[in-house]
Amino acid sequence: MNGNASSCGQTAGSDELITGNVTPILNEVRHALNKLLEQGEATVIDIRALPLGPGEEQKLESLLGIGEVTATIEAMGTSTVNETLFAGVWLVTHRNTEDEILGKFIEITRYPSILESQTEDMRSALTALPELLPESLTENS
Amino acid sequence: MADDRTIADMLRSQGVTRRGFLKFCATTASMMALSPAMVPKIAEALENAKRPSVIWLSFQECTGCTESLTRSHAPTIEKLMFDVISLDHHHTLMAASGDAVHEAMYEAMEENYGKYILIVDGSIPVGNPAYSTIGGISNLDMLKDVAKGAAAIVAVGTCAAYGGLPYANPNPTGAVPVSEIIKDKPIINVPGCPPIPVVITGVLAQYLTFGKLPEMDDLGRPMAFYGQNIHDRCYRRPFYERGQFAETFDDEGARKGWCLFKLGCRGPITYNACATTKWNEGTSWPVEAGHGCLGCSQPNFWDMGGFYNALSEPTRNIGETAGYALAAGAAVGLAAGAAARHKKTKAVTNHQTVTVDDLEKEKSS
Repeated sequence: MNGNASSCGQTAGSDELITGNVTPILNEVRHALNKLLEQGEATVIDIRALPLGPGEEQKLESLLGIGEVTATIEAMGTSTVNETLFAGVWLVTHRNTEDEILGKFIEITRYPSILESQTEDMRSALTALPELLPESLTENS
Repeated sequence: MADDRTIADMLRSQGVTRRGFLKFCATTASMMALSPAMVPKIAEALENAKRPSVIWLSFQECTGCTESLTRSHAPTIEKLMFDVISLDHHHTLMAASGDAVHEAMYEAMEENYGKYILIVDGSIPVGNPAYSTIGGISNLDMLKDVAKGAAAIVAVGTCAAYGGLPYANPNPTGAVPVSEIIKDKPIINVPGCPPIPVVITGVLAQYLTFGKLPEMDDLGRPMAFYGQNIHDRCYRRPFYERGQFAETFDDEGARKGWCLFKLGCRGPITYNACATTKWNEGTSWPVEAGHGCLGCSQPNFWDMGGFYNALSEPTRNIGETAGYALAAGAAVGLAAGAAARHKKTKAVTNHQTVTVDDLEKEKSS
C-alpha cells in the first residue's frame, strides 16, 4: 500500500467517526490481502454485519475508492462489482430490481466469483444457441 | 399445496439464472448472519430443499407483523422467499375469499400432514375464547387443530412468542403465547413488535437450508438473529463507554448522537438484529432515528416500567428487569453503574436528588 493507506489510517481514526470500526475493517482487509498473496486464500467481509454509524459505511467506501475495474450484473436487480484502489480488494453491492441494497461485501480475491459464468447457465446457453443457427449446421455436432 | 419441485427449480422456472441464485444465496447468508464462506453450502442445500407448505394463522394481534412483511417493497428477498414457499393459507391476506380460505387450509393440512410449517402471529385469549374467533372457531381450538399436523411452529411477533401487548397487565382477555398451549411441537419464537421482515423470512430460509430447527436461546429465539445484544452492536456504544449521554431528546448530547441509555434505551437487555440489519431495507433503526430501543423482542416489554426511565432507575418491576439484565451479562451491570455515577455527578451540578438505589448501584458496580 502507498500514500493512500497512510491517509486511510489518519482519517479513519479521526473523531468524526462514531464506532471507530472503519479502521479495524481496513486492518482486516490488509490481513486478508496478505493471506491472499501468501496462501492464495480469498476472504469475504459482510459490511452489513458490522455496526457502523451514520456516514461510516460511506467513509469506508470512499477510503477504498474505485480502481481500474467496474462491472455490473443484471440478475434479479443490478449488482455492481468494483475493484477498489487497492488491487485484489473488491466492493460487491447487490441490489434488487427496486434498486434497494440487499447486501454489500468486501471481497479480497483475484476476482469475485459472481463474475464467472455458471455451468448451469452455460448449459442453458448451449441449448439456446442452436436456435440461432440453420438446422443443417447443428445436425452433426 | 404439495409440490415436489426444489427451491432451485422454482427460482429457475421464474427465469432466475444460476448467477442470480448465487446472489440470492449471498444475501440470504448475510440475512441469516452467517459467514459469507457459507454461501456455497447454502446454495447446495437450497438446490435440494423442497418447496414447503406454509399455513399462517393470525390471532389476537394488530396485523403489524403481516404489515412488516408485506409492506416491503417488492421484489425484495422477502418476497422471493414467499415466492418459493407455498403459502397455502393466510387468514388476513385471504380474508376476502371467505369459506374457500378454510377449505384451502384443510386441504393443505391433509396433503402435507406432518410436513407443513405453521406460522402464528398474535396471542391466544383463554380467559374467554370468544374474545377472538375466526369463522366461529375460537383461536384456541384452531391453534390446537392446525398444530397437530405441523412439522414446526414459528411464533411470529412478541404476541405469539410471549403474549405481547394483549398479555400486558391486567391482561383482560387472558392472553397467552403459543408455547403455553402447544407443548408437543417444536416452536421457534421470532419476537419483535413487529419483527424485522428479513428476520421472519430469514428463519424460514434457515429452516429450509438446513432442514432442521435453528440453534435457539433460552427464550426460544434463533441465535442467528437474536444472539447479539443491541447495546453491544449499537453504533452509539462508544459514547456510552465515554459516559456521553443525551439527557433529553433535544439537548446537545441528542444532537451529537450520544448514548440514549439515560432516556430509557432498553438496548442493554434486548436481543435482536436491529443494530446491524436495520429497518426499511437497511435504511435506519430506532436508535439511529434518535429514540431508545423499547426492548420489543423481550418478554413483558410493555410491563418493564416507563419507556423513558433509565434501566438503572427503580421501577415497580425492577426485580424482573434486573433478572433480564443478569441474563444479558456483565455489560448491563457496567451500564447501571456508569449511569448511576453519571446521574450522581449531574445531580450535584443541577441540585437534583440522588436516590438510595442509585448509591447502592454505584457501590456495587
